[in-house]
Amino acid sequence: MSNYETQQLQALDELLINQFEEKKHLVTAYDIPKVTALREKHFKDFLTTGFPDSSHEKWRFSEIDGMLEQQYVHALEPQKTEKNVEELFRCEVHNFNTEIISLLNGWFHDSESGLHTTTDGIIVGSFRAGMKAYPALFEKYYGELAHSENNSFVSINTALVQDGVFIYVPDGVKASKTLQIIKLIDRNENNFVQNRNLIILGRNSHLSLMHCDDSINHFTSLVNTVTEIFVAENANFELYKLQNLNDQSGLVNSTFIKQEANSNIKTNTLTFNCGMIRNNIEVALDGKGAHADVLGLYLMDKQQHVDNQIRILHNQPHCTSNELFKGILDDEATAVFNGYIYVARDAQKTNAYQNNNNILLKPTATIDTMPFLEIYADDVKCSHGATIGQLDMEAMFYLRSRGISAANARLLLMYAFAADIIDNISIEPLRIRIDDMVKKRLRGELSVCEKCVLHCGSPEKEYNFEIDMSKL
Amino acid sequence: MDTNTNNNILDEVTQGEYKYGFYTDIENVMAPLGLDESTVRFISEKKQEPEWMLEFRLKAFRHWQSLTEPEWAHITYQKIDYQSIYYYAAPKKKKEYESLDEVDPELLETFNKLGISLDEQKRLSGVAVDAVIDSVSVKTTFQDTLAKHGIIFCAFSEAVREHPELVKKYMGSVVPYTDNYFAALNSAVFSDGSFCFIPKGVRCPLELSTYFRINAANTGQFERTLIVAEEGSYVSYMEGCTAPMRDENQLHAAIVEIVAMDDAEVKYSTVQNWYPGDKQGKGGVYNFVTKRGLCKGKRSKIAWTQVETGSAITWKYPSCVLMGDNSIGEFYSVAVTNNMQQADTGTKMIHIGKNTRSTIISKGISAGRSNNTYRGLVKILPGAVNSRNFSQCDSLLLGDKCGAHTFPYIQAKNESSIIEHEATTSKISEDQLFYCNQRGIDTEKAIGLIVNGYAKEVLNKLPMEFAVEAQKLLSITLEGSVG
Repeated sequence: MSNYETQQLQALDELLINQFEEKKHLVTAYDIPKVTALREKHFKDFLTTGFPDSSHEKWRFSEIDGMLEQQYVHALEPQKTEKNVEELFRCEVHNFNTEIISLLNGWFHDSESGLHTTTDGIIVGSFRAGMKAYPALFEKYYGELAHSENNSFVSINTALVQDGVFIYVPDGVKASKTLQIIKLIDRNENNFVQNRNLIILGRNSHLSLMHCDDSINHFTSLVNTVTEIFVAENANFELYKLQNLNDQSGLVNSTFIKQEANSNIKTNTLTFNCGMIRNNIEVALDGKGAHADVLGLYLMDKQQHVDNQIRILHNQPHCTSNELFKGILDDEATAVFNGYIYVARDAQKTNAYQNNNNILLKPTATIDTMPFLEIYADDVKCSHGATIGQLDMEAMFYLRSRGISAANARLLLMYAFAADIIDNISIEPLRIRIDDMVKKRLRGELSVCEKCVLHCGSPEKEYNFEIDMSKL
Repeated sequence: MDTNTNNNILDEVTQGEYKYGFYTDIENVMAPLGLDESTVRFISEKKQEPEWMLEFRLKAFRHWQSLTEPEWAHITYQKIDYQSIYYYAAPKKKKEYESLDEVDPELLETFNKLGISLDEQKRLSGVAVDAVIDSVSVKTTFQDTLAKHGIIFCAFSEAVREHPELVKKYMGSVVPYTDNYFAALNSAVFSDGSFCFIPKGVRCPLELSTYFRINAANTGQFERTLIVAEEGSYVSYMEGCTAPMRDENQLHAAIVEIVAMDDAEVKYSTVQNWYPGDKQGKGGVYNFVTKRGLCKGKRSKIAWTQVETGSAITWKYPSCVLMGDNSIGEFYSVAVTNNMQQADTGTKMIHIGKNTRSTIISKGISAGRSNNTYRGLVKILPGAVNSRNFSQCDSLLLGDKCGAHTFPYIQAKNESSIIEHEATTSKISEDQLFYCNQRGIDTEKAIGLIVNGYAKEVLNKLPMEFAVEAQKLLSITLEGSVG
């Protein structure tokens, strides 16, 4: 690394450290004491660890260095925007009624109070407003899950974060509408953005949440999001993460989920486009009979990089988990998958499954996959599998022999490969939409759209393969 | 059957005692305690080594000093005090023997107890044995027969004297002294080992075999094995290890290097039965070994088979570097851990040449309070087009206080290769036991049957002579009468 780059690298560290030391009054302006205390602690951690680099075991294959070498601005207060914000967020999926929560450049952007209750009785608002209105909840939950082990992005986030989303679903409340968090980055500078989400589900509640990360222009942004999710007994939670940023941008997403007895979660991470994505997902099964589905699909090309680090902690007996990540890599794209199933000493009757399948389309694409198991109980069924390969030549031949063009046959096979994940989306309109996006992505037609990934207001006509099915 | 009885039987089954825990009273010549440059010089001088060998050792030693002990393995142990180990211990009466009669009778007794009586072997089984006791090669049988075929099979130190050009050419070419901490240590202080050279087109008529034994207290065993198989040759090589029962931990840091040229095939089998320590985890051997084979030539093949039942800590990854086009690497392993044993073992398959293939079959069995880890790397480089890997690593848990872990690393850098990895972790199912019981097989026997069946795939790959021993070992490790 040249001297010049080293200096720039230090610049982001230094910028953040200086901000914390010199503008603490701004940083802590809305804090409850616990949050401030955590800031101090994590700031100290960050001072000793700094940003991770490739010498760190869990970041060996990540291409984070390049992202950190950029020069960024990091705002401590929301900025005014000239643009018509309503226009920016005019985002909807055809036939799909969602409750939209919008964040612009990392700042909560909604009603004046920053906090409201939906018709179902769910409290939704900004991180700041939530902290002000419900200090007891923050006292109890905030920072309880997120830890910075192997991930100092959590440290710097906890130290400096200003805003994000707060969602509280009271006991027994079942959301009739999907909540949709839309995060847009639109700034004519390189932007380092930090967000913190706190999501709490009460007993017997139900929530499905979409989390869209998008960028509008072509400036570099690095988004560092930490999300803590608490799922109480018998609650049901679904999370769909859509990641579609420009080729220069980076995203570090750390999601921590704690499940109580008999709760059920499903997370689906759909990565369509981004320069560098790092998804850390940690699910702690802390109550008997909890079940987690952790799914993901990544379709990368050009020089994009995706790194999925999934940890499933079976801390209690009788829990089940199912982990499936599939990826198609084109051009010089690189992907990393590190699954990790941990079964604690007394977590008997655990049933855990982990699978990672990859298709490489070009000789220059790279995949590093590490499906780990660490098991301390004997009455368990744990299995994992990983495959790396190409499109099946025999299937290809079959399709070609029936007069389907090579390009179309390829698309069809790739689509079939991805279908495992798409079929698992339980919200019908969303599934149709994602299905369409995958098809377009595979044809290379989906790019960062002008407004938002979901093509605001103008539902696309459904995409079909140009195949005469009668010949099959 | 109620769970209690079941557990009792499991306990019995998993609480065998170490059967090789005798100590032979042989006078030893020891190097001064501790490690510095003078120790390295002492060893080199004792062995009357040429200057270039000493240079190599010193370079390695200096490099070792710049390294820190690795901590990434999934094992915990008290840090080794490298200054409280004797780095050289040779049986005193060591001289070249013409016949077995001249060998120290105590030593022969040792081998008898090990079940590898040299002359027995010589006459009956036709296995050529090189026994390395406390790091010095004591006896190589069948040298004459082998010489007829042009095969060199001798002690490493002898090879340094007699075949310096071969040793110079190949030593460190597969495992350089800079490779890792323990490889550097070994390169600096290795005392002896075996050297084997199979000339072009020769199919070795015998199974070659080395037996390692640590005898003296506080000694480390640092042996080095180098096998070179020239074009079109074949050799099957076996290695067995034992150590006496001692309270303190003994260190074993070996290097094995294999080079296979065009069309050559090397089969390397290990039955490792170092002292595992007692039930409280006291004593036992630290087995930190670097084993690597280089498939240098086209269509060459290297197969590792290992049965790991001993050692307090096992830390080894027999690897294959598949450099030649169409070369093949195989790894078959059964690792059994019991009581407080810890094993972090697996393999590395580095695909460099075109159409290279590798197979990994790993079976872990953990009992007691032990931890058994499979750690493996499959790396396909961009040039390794149309490469193929299949890995399967299964773990079997006997008892609820042990651990079984799997850490595979899979890296693919081209699109034409196919890699598959699968792993399962389970215990012996009630159904299987019930089925056996119902047919009149008691639980103890049934467990033995199931464990043996589970490991069969790997045991089948061992040479005949070893397969029997390995099965015996498996039962001893999982005592009472399993097997």
